Amino acid sequence: MSDLSNTAHNKVRQAKDLKYQPGFSYITWLALFILYAPILILVLYSFNANRSVVVWTSFSTDWYVKAWHNEGIQSAALISLEVAVIAMVLSTTFATMAALVTTRTPPYKGMNISIAIINQPLMIPEIVTAVATLIFFAVIKKATGANGIGFLITAHTVFCIPFAYMPIRARLEDMDLSLEQAAADLYASPLMVFKRVTLPLMMPGVLSGAMLAFIVSVDDVVISLFVGGPGETTLPLYILGQIRRGVTPEVNAVSTVFLGISVILVTLIFLFGRPKSTRPEKSQ
Amino acid sequence: MLEKATRSAIEVRSTTKIYGNDRASGVVAVDDVSLEITDNEFFTLLGPSGCGKTTLLRLIAGFEQPTQGEILLFGEHLEGLPPHNRSVNTVFQHYALFPHMTVSQNISFGLEMLGIDKIEIRKTVSRMLELVQMPQLADRKINQLSGGQQQRVALARALAPNPKVLLLDEPLSALDFKLRKEMQSELKRLQNETGITFIFVTHDQEEALTMSDRVAVMKDGQVLQVGKPREVYDHPAQRFVADFIGDINILRGELISTKKGEAKVKLASGFVGDAILPIGVGDISGVVNVAIRPEQLSFSNSTNSTLPGIIKEITYFGSGLHYEIELSTGETIKLRQQSVGRSNTEFSSGETVNIAVADDAIQVLVD
Ligand SMILES: Nc1ncnc2c1ncn2[C@@H]1O[C@H](COP(=O)(O)OP(=O)(O)OP(=O)(O)O)[C@@H](O)[C@H]1O
Ligand SMILES: [Mg+2]
Repeated sequence: MSDLSNTAHNKVRQAKDLKYQPGFSYITWLALFILYAPILILVLYSFNANRSVVVWTSFSTDWYVKAWHNEGIQSAALISLEVAVIAMVLSTTFATMAALVTTRTPPYKGMNISIAIINQPLMIPEIVTAVATLIFFAVIKKATGANGIGFLITAHTVFCIPFAYMPIRARLEDMDLSLEQAAADLYASPLMVFKRVTLPLMMPGVLSGAMLAFIVSVDDVVISLFVGGPGETTLPLYILGQIRRGVTPEVNAVSTVFLGISVILVTLIFLFGRPKSTRPEKSQ
Repeated sequence: MLEKATRSAIEVRSTTKIYGNDRASGVVAVDDVSLEITDNEFFTLLGPSGCGKTTLLRLIAGFEQPTQGEILLFGEHLEGLPPHNRSVNTVFQHYALFPHMTVSQNISFGLEMLGIDKIEIRKTVSRMLELVQMPQLADRKINQLSGGQQQRVALARALAPNPKVLLLDEPLSALDFKLRKEMQSELKRLQNETGITFIFVTHDQEEALTMSDRVAVMKDGQVLQVGKPREVYDHPAQRFVADFIGDINILRGELISTKKGEAKVKLASGFVGDAILPIGVGDISGVVNVAIRPEQLSFSNSTNSTLPGIIKEITYFGSGLHYEIELSTGETIKLRQQSVGRSNTEFSSGETVNIAVADDAIQVLVD
């Protein structure tokens, strides 16, 4: 009797909760396995003493030392860093300004369209942007004779803006407008309101946005491949080139370092971006 | 009446604020309001939710611009002056304290913005902390404070720059009953000590009556009546004001003679008594509503000039008794009896009684 009612109870629970649909747990485990097993293997074999990336012999950090001294990797990493840092600073600045205009001014005609235009690059296939940018830059280069890494940095800045914009805007929308009004009420000019209240309070959003922009830039392949000129090989492009010639654990080592940096940044974004109330707690 | 010699701190002249495009499609939050608030006054805006109290404060503070009309601060026109150029400070409804600053940084903010020197600021901040009785909490972060403490910080922050007028938007509504009572007398004390004009917003009529020098009762964006608490309580001009402030009986009656504010009114039950006409209202005649406070009624042994009725319900409320009495006309009337010793006659439900009306207790209402 009690057994019967127990199963009935379970049935009800299963019906309500998607997690308990038959087969779902297998799918979950399979997905997690496909996602993370390759990464684990990559990390594992970066510590392999052997040259092979499939046969394990013993633990060593040789490949890291080798990668560190590889001039190709060095210069690719430096280019990636240069492009990412400049693109991060510029895109975050523009994104901050855009977020301020779209949250801190009275609604104006075309405001929703501006927001859509800022976010649109996220919707356009990257290959389309890449080809379009390549052609566009080719025209400019031909007309002006200009050249150099500035073009790559510009392209990165542009596609990083929507990524930086999202967390900044979210943060601003979460901030109570009355704080800025209180500052104005206490004789702060608009500039001082921004410096003393808006900026410090929106900083977590700005930092998340900046880090997101950095990761997206460092990670980019398609646009860098199309837009980057000779001598502008970023790290992902270098790795891609190496793999064409056969994988060595050196590539594993570089990728692992890359992964480590990404994980650290994503964790930081998560920590900064956590919704922390900007309103003083109200008592009842 | 106030003397002409007293200075007006805030003058609101025929001011209207419409959110949206126009009267028809938008919201008329403040509707042709005129007010004169005197220097050093504790002035209260009282009214139900949505009647435009906050909007009126925001117009004075400069967060909104009037659609029509003008506002003067000590005779100086405020049109076009942004909030940071007005010597008016606000205590916000939910305090709006800066969460990234300590208590003393919050309090010193306004002073810093005014460019006052550091030593002076430090002195003022500690004086303010003293004033709101929390000097030991100077270095606390805002989220480490209780609601009542936040309230005090908000007050100290707004008072520190010594504004000409302090606006308080329901500053006590978030506090529990006991703390609210405490803060009410605290606010009164602060206003006396600082001599700053307070414009206080509340929807709590008792709070308004106990704290204010004068009260303005608002409804749907309009100011219905302005006066000392006693005047507004004893002589409400309109049915809304009478109903909103305190407990009151509204009865039908007929004006039988009027001259110079004095009138005689005949109630539906046949009772005839002296009545007071609303101030500043033109001719009224015929059938009107009249208001009588429950505490202005008492039991009488005489059948002469009294209202006969039957007791329907008796409620004990601590300091006295509350009776619901049905009149011969079918109307129900409330009578409140303060228990003074044990001398009060005890009545019980169903008993027939005669009710006497105190002098000047019958107030004629406009509608
Ligand atoms: N920014 C705004 N845009 C449009 N309508 C508004 C705006 N602010 C207030 N209103 C409307 O104006 C009217 C008056 O609002 P207000 O906030 O002044 O009322 P209140 O008396 O302060 O009410 P409460 O006691 O609830 O705080 C309300 O009908 C409200 O909906
Ligand atoms: Mg309000």
